[in-house]
Amino acid sequence: MSEKFVSLSDLTLSYGSTVAVPNLDLDIVEGELIALLGPSGCGKTTTMRAIAGLLTPASGMIEIDGQDVTRLAANKRGIGLVFQSYALFPHLSAFENVAFGLRLQRMPEAEIRSRTEAGIETVGLMGFEARKPAEMSGGQQQRVALARSLVMDPKVLLLDEPLSNLDARLRLEMRSELQRVQKDTGVTMVFVTHDQSEALAMADRIVLMKDGKIEQLGTPSQLYAEPATAFAAEFMGFENIFCVEGENLVSDTGQLPLGFAAEAPMLAWRPGGVQVGRGPFSGRVLSSSFAGGHREYVLDSLLGQIKADAPIETVEVPLGHNIDFDLPQSTALPLAA
Amino acid sequence: MRNLTTSTILGLTLTFLIGPFIIIIFAGASAGETLAFPPDGLSLKWYLKVFTIESFRESFLLSLFLAIFGTVTALLLGVPAAYALNRYDLPGAETIRTVVAAPIIVPGIIVGLALLRYLVVPLDFTVTMALFMAHTALVLPYAVRVVSSSLNNLRADMEEAAVLLGCTRMQAFTKVVLPNIRGGVLAAFILGFVTSFNQVPVSLFLSGPGVKTLPIDMLAYMEITYDPSVAALSALLAFMSLSIVFVAERLLGFSRYV
Repeated sequence: MSEKFVSLSDLTLSYGSTVAVPNLDLDIVEGELIALLGPSGCGKTTTMRAIAGLLTPASGMIEIDGQDVTRLAANKRGIGLVFQSYALFPHLSAFENVAFGLRLQRMPEAEIRSRTEAGIETVGLMGFEARKPAEMSGGQQQRVALARSLVMDPKVLLLDEPLSNLDARLRLEMRSELQRVQKDTGVTMVFVTHDQSEALAMADRIVLMKDGKIEQLGTPSQLYAEPATAFAAEFMGFENIFCVEGENLVSDTGQLPLGFAAEAPMLAWRPGGVQVGRGPFSGRVLSSSFAGGHREYVLDSLLGQIKADAPIETVEVPLGHNIDFDLPQSTALPLAA
Repeated sequence: MRNLTTSTILGLTLTFLIGPFIIIIFAGASAGETLAFPPDGLSLKWYLKVFTIESFRESFLLSLFLAIFGTVTALLLGVPAAYALNRYDLPGAETIRTVVAAPIIVPGIIVGLALLRYLVVPLDFTVTMALFMAHTALVLPYAVRVVSSSLNNLRADMEEAAVLLGCTRMQAFTKVVLPNIRGGVLAAFILGFVTSFNQVPVSLFLSGPGVKTLPIDMLAYMEITYDPSVAALSALLAFMSLSIVFVAERLLGFSRYV
């Protein structure tokens, strides 16, 4: 099992004169499910397109399975890509969509048939072979797209926002489905997403990107528990981030005395880490919304807006009234500058 | 009251559109010797006579040749042009679009005169050759426009998907793009065919001795012989155009593309 199955070194990607990704280094382990995570415009899709060969790097090198593919045409790389829009061929049936790549290789008809059928079975679409893409639901279309790439036995399977076009229920189903397919086939999978919960739930490792650079690389639990930067912290749900100056927490709008000694220049709290109902501080309720297991408040305090979750058992505080709260040491995340 | 007004307007409009066609059908079915409406008794003799007139047969074949090969040539040029304009960020794309559309914007008389003055006279092009080029140019705008609109509906990532499955760009075009714009190409062919076949002003300038397209020949015939055969022929041609459009509409919902 290669630690550097896909290796991007000093890779610079640009559109015309605009550099989208500068000097990227990334190694992907054989057989892992890795997520490229970040907001739109962070370079995640650009990076994926470069791996696929749909975008020629301005400089740097891409190696796959020990082979330098930087200048290799996309149709010779042996990489699968499941497009966000699925990009099925509308004039062909599900079966012919899946068989498309195999037919290009001029395989014997019997082999095409058996491999296509196996692919359709892997994604659980038996009985839908004769349907045209327009006659299938979004989830079924995505399965066809997945099977179409899988039957080619790709070295790497890339997925562009694989769950974004599905409704909430299907999204959960497809999450586990993709994980199952990955474990069954052992294919190295790279998926692009802007949704941190998706990345956390599915990936073996997450590459968090910002402005074309890797902000943090780690396992989901590492990223969730110990985001390394303010950006990573905010992306992982630490929505209250403040600077520490001496004994005080400071923001653009004001300051509050910190109840404990802090070494770090910044501290961050998740909404769930803010203690609501009692504490030394007070904030006016700007908004309040029911979120199932808890109630989400936005409070206006001396530090500006604080996002705080209160247990659902507590009495709802009306808009405009004050709530006491605390930013406790136990839930504080120290951040380097 | 409102209903009555609407029906009256509708009735007048339909009469205005279909009326001439009805008149032509009956004028051609006259038993008399001159073109007249109402016809001088009914007979099919003029409809039959049309087929015996040698010059009509020749000009019909020329028009058919021009309509088929002119349109096919226009498609061979127009489909790649539409594809390039649609998929690539070409420098001067707007200019190319305008130039391609020019033959339908510039009056036919001017196109005909220009071709005569600069191709036939100084370069010694044969009349057939000049007609062929003129008809190709006239049909090209339709080919580009109609094919463009079906390409617009086709997402570019489909081709990328084909390439990642092993296609060359060319194979991606023939195996994925072409089958999906088939309807548009066929629609462009029919539109081009009908446009070319019914073309008068350009052909008027380029028709020479012994080489005439059918509409020009009919005009010439009428100047000498004022009998109902021209009306009969017109009706037959109108039926031909109608059936082509009808079949196309049935086969692929032609009106979606135009």
